[in-house]
Amino acid sequence: MTMAKPVLEVENVSMQFNLSKEKVDNLKEYIIKSLRGQISYNEFWALSDVSFSLNKGDRLGILGMNGAGKSTLLKVIAGVLKATKGSVKTRGKIVPLLELGAGFDKQYTGAENIYLYGSVLGYSKTFINEKYDEIVEFSELGDFINVPIKNYSSGMKARLGFAIATVVDPEILILDEVLAVGDAKFRKKSEAKIQSMFDKGVTVLFVSHSLKQVKRICNKAMILDHGKLLSFGDIEPISKQYRQMLDA
Amino acid sequence: MSVFIKNFMRYRFLLVELIKKGVKLKYRRSYLGIIWTLLEPLLTTIVLTVIFGSLLNRGDSTAYPVYILSGRLLYSFFSSGTNTSMKSIRTNAGMIKKVYVPKYMYPLSSVIYNYVIFLISLLVLAAVSVFLGVFPTWRIFIIVIPLFILLILTVGVGMILSTMAVFFRDLEYLWSVALMLIMYSSAIFYYVEDITRNSPNKEILFHANPLYCCIAVFRDALFGQPIEWGLCLYAAGFSVISLIVGVVLFYKKQDKFILYI
Ligand SMILES: Nc1ncnc2c1ncn2[C@@H]1O[C@H](COP(=O)(O)OP(=O)(O)O)[C@@H](O)[C@H]1O
Ligand SMILES: [Mg+2]
Repeated sequence: MTMAKPVLEVENVSMQFNLSKEKVDNLKEYIIKSLRGQISYNEFWALSDVSFSLNKGDRLGILGMNGAGKSTLLKVIAGVLKATKGSVKTRGKIVPLLELGAGFDKQYTGAENIYLYGSVLGYSKTFINEKYDEIVEFSELGDFINVPIKNYSSGMKARLGFAIATVVDPEILILDEVLAVGDAKFRKKSEAKIQSMFDKGVTVLFVSHSLKQVKRICNKAMILDHGKLLSFGDIEPISKQYRQMLDA
Repeated sequence: MSVFIKNFMRYRFLLVELIKKGVKLKYRRSYLGIIWTLLEPLLTTIVLTVIFGSLLNRGDSTAYPVYILSGRLLYSFFSSGTNTSMKSIRTNAGMIKKVYVPKYMYPLSSVIYNYVIFLISLLVLAAVSVFLGVFPTWRIFIIVIPLFILLILTVGVGMILSTMAVFFRDLEYLWSVALMLIMYSSAIFYYVEDITRNSPNKEILFHANPLYCCIAVFRDALFGQPIEWGLCLYAAGFSVISLIVGVVLFYKKQDKFILYI
């Protein structure tokens, strides 16, 4: 039996935020205050010393209260935030489904935004050309694809964002409280799409407030508490422990 | 280094898309679109020629409008290039907070798309020059040197400003004041000789300004005059240093951007 290399390795990751007591955001104040030595920070660790690894096909549910550091951890893994300490190693393409369509330009049409957002996600032009029809069809925008995005409803934007982000087959899929896109019909379709990615063996990092949803989707889980990794393991024992924490 | 190149190649299409977006939206925003960007420098040149031509007794020279237009086009590229790249991190905060992209793409693409618009507007300059009888000599080929130096200078200054603007919100106002000083010491609508004739020691005010040096060398090449290589060398040195400072500063601070935008 050969051990597969982990798809994701998170090693001793810590993330520090400086919460300045008063925000100094202009040059004038900064110069005056630093001359007087008045600039001070409250150091705050949103993540401390978190380590774990996932193999291909693992689906990890991340549990924890509000402010426990779940979104911060996902952003560090996605490369949006740089960890203060520690390292993250990933193999393969990561698709973060966080606030879909955040990279859209309002003055651009849907069609133009497919190319823009696609390039933001690191797709090549040839790839987008190939997948263009598939994206338009999945988003169900029809003729609206040639209308500037500023005339779209939020549901339409989310549909287009979802269609662009999921047109690749990623190795790692990041879902932060997003399994509620668009209307009921589109939600079914997007859940089916995500399910088909699961079937292809994608590795998933999943944050949801619904423990039921986590149990349905995930095979592993972790509990974060004030930035510390309390426990990590198979879904059954961890979700039991989390329920006890909630009841206590 | 090889990691950097690999990452650049992976995201080069993003750079192209961002440049395209800047140019497209610039032309889409106004009804007259491309016509307006060609017409606007022409109109201001006419106004400036009429006003300053009579004030400075230069109105009789047919080269004077070409002199003004060339200075104005180079200055307005520097001004819009540095301004858009200064604001680029904040403008794209929405994207930066949600997906990983190499962040230097934003200031870099801002400068390049302004450069593309600037190169298009040079067509007006060519037309006006020929119309007024300023014909190119072999020296016209030298024009690519100040054009290239100007690009490097604007990227360098733009990187420095884009980094600082993340942390200091008042930088935009400070820079608009600085730009005004730069404009007045760039000799756009007057001749440096007219000023230094009576006080030769004032020459340093102009020669210290790398933008003036670019403009001066550009005009030398345009009018077929001997090139002031000293100014050219100074501008080149200044641009390379500002580029190095800009890149180093940006790389040192970029991981902190997200905490401030
Ligand atoms: N950019 C930031 N600057 C300062 N503090 C932050 C920033 N982002 C998150 N935090 C803090 O880090 C902690 C963890 O936040 P987050 O990861 O969003 O929690 P969760 O997603 O688990 O609810 C919170 O206390 C939050 O206030
Ligand atoms: Mg969160």
